[in-house]
Amino acid sequence: MPLLEVNDLHTSFFTPAGEVKAVNGVSFSLDRGKVLGIVGESGSGKSVTAYSIMQILEKTGKIVSGSIKFDGQELVGIGEKGMKNIRGNKISIIFQDPMTSLNPTYTIGHQLMEAIMLHTPRNKKQAHERAVEMLRLVNVNEPEKRMNQYPFEFSGGMRQRVMIAMALACEPDILIADEPTTALDVTIQAQILELMQNLQKELGMAIIMITHDLGVVAQMCDEVIVMYAGSICEQGTADEIFYNPKHEYTKGLMRSIPTVDSDGSRLQPISGTPIDLLNMPKGCPFAPRCDAAMKICIRECCPRMEINDMHQAACWMNVKEAFEKGELESGEEA
Amino acid sequence: MSQKENLVVVKNLKEYFSVNTGLFRSTPLKAVDDVSFAIQRGETLGLVGESGCGKTTVGRTLLHLYKPTAGEIWFDGKQVVSKEDILEYRKKSAMVFQDPYSSLNPRMTVSDIIAEPLDVHKLYASQKEREEKVLELMNRVGLNSEHASRYAHEFSGGQRQRIGIARALAMNPSFVVCDEPVSALDVSIQAQVINMFDELQEEMGLTYLFIAHDLLVVRHISDRIAVMYLGKMVEMADAREIYDHPLHPYTKSLMSAVPLPDPKRARENKRIVLSGDIPSPLHAPSGCPFRTRCPHATEACAAAMPEFKEVSSGHFAACHNLDRCN
Repeated sequence: MPLLEVNDLHTSFFTPAGEVKAVNGVSFSLDRGKVLGIVGESGSGKSVTAYSIMQILEKTGKIVSGSIKFDGQELVGIGEKGMKNIRGNKISIIFQDPMTSLNPTYTIGHQLMEAIMLHTPRNKKQAHERAVEMLRLVNVNEPEKRMNQYPFEFSGGMRQRVMIAMALACEPDILIADEPTTALDVTIQAQILELMQNLQKELGMAIIMITHDLGVVAQMCDEVIVMYAGSICEQGTADEIFYNPKHEYTKGLMRSIPTVDSDGSRLQPISGTPIDLLNMPKGCPFAPRCDAAMKICIRECCPRMEINDMHQAACWMNVKEAFEKGELESGEEA
Repeated sequence: MSQKENLVVVKNLKEYFSVNTGLFRSTPLKAVDDVSFAIQRGETLGLVGESGCGKTTVGRTLLHLYKPTAGEIWFDGKQVVSKEDILEYRKKSAMVFQDPYSSLNPRMTVSDIIAEPLDVHKLYASQKEREEKVLELMNRVGLNSEHASRYAHEFSGGQRQRIGIARALAMNPSFVVCDEPVSALDVSIQAQVINMFDELQEEMGLTYLFIAHDLLVVRHISDRIAVMYLGKMVEMADAREIYDHPLHPYTKSLMSAVPLPDPKRARENKRIVLSGDIPSPLHAPSGCPFRTRCPHATEACAAAMPEFKEVSSGHFAACHNLDRCN
């Protein structure tokens, strides 16, 4: 049984302007000890998917339908009380901005111990020990001294380490990392990514890595989900997604980023602008920007189809290709 | 290739900010400390470095948005010193800012934003001419001319950046400082804007100083790249050369830290992960600023800042121990 199973998740925000369908029928599963990457641009629904799992949506947001099963237990509709046992204990989350996720008026030690005492039956002294141990685990120098310091005395990278320490203090089964290194510098990003990789191996937790940076995905993830306008375009192993993309959006993304071998020739951008979630088209959400769009793309969404056992994509182009190939083969047989 | 003339020359540029560190005390923050370089006409010089390294300050001081503490700025063969020089220089130079949200006035229409430089320098005879110029500029950056009377908030990030670029081009400049112009944009939009920078350079013969922290983007767009660390320039070379054969230990770790969008290569890539954080520029280490994080640091590094010297043709680096770390 997979550790986390998300099935046909729909999350919407009800705004004065209308219903914004941020997540639109997302399904995926995550096995123990795996690293899953969710990539997409702003407004693709990658963060909202994560917040739906944690049920920390803003007031206007609501899970409309679908199921989220953690270790066989249904999370949708278990209520705030039930979620308290899950959040922090079983599934933890770290955010993009380590500057605003810590309370500036309490010491680092206080905030770490608070999290530990809330979730485990430790007393103050034990919690203190655990907090120091966690700081040491994430390579914070002089953890005893650092415990008494305030967030402003920490650099961005150090704060993100503290956030990771806090998230891992209760040994969760899943760590959700929402753009954990976007606000950090390149050399600090390298430190944090390496730390996460080492901790993942050491503690054996599963990670959901949410990012827009294809480089981070390539480095960290076993499996990748590509999202656009609230739905999953494509899902597969990292190698399949990078070397054998089967959705026009993924292909476009890969073409539009400069690579190490780029010889200065023009990039091939995806034309147009991201979709307005208030006015979603009937067919494939990417069709208005897709160069290869066909009539059927505008009429209806393509269901997710197996490319091989490690790869699924929702693009009519694959149907077209299979059809053309199929005809050729049958022609040869005849 | 023929010897190209230098459009912008910077000699020993220093920019110190004074920071209050006590009631009556202030300490100079050496944001840019003794930086020299030249940009050739029609080329793109990429300037990279991490936050706080002074790359943005270089860009701003270069346009005299900050008064340089010391050093010389030469533009088109003339040193920029007096007020008149600066005014003349600003007509031929422009800047594109990082944040397309805060760099556009929300109370002005797009046409007023784009025409503002023209208004300031009074470069049109009639309202009709002003309008024509605005429409031509909007056309040039791929904006729909029907949108001239709209306000900035009605546009997406990529379109706003196009407005900012149109404003920069209004004076028909020969030199543009681009300060992180694509880092706030989504990947698919980023490529559109990068291509536009390329096209505009070809059409108008622009010279760019392209400041960014995304090394793959900088490598793509630049002819040469300069690397800064804590206010000093540590290495400068041809874009490809600096990626393939970085000399300075900081450049090496920077290049190896770039997450490559290629799983197989990412697995093989041997990252040089630096320990520690970037020191505060208020308490910069003595001698070479990188020595506190450098795996090859020696006593000589603490004693004096190494000279920024030409190691091979066109490849400059500032390190005492180049032989040992290569």
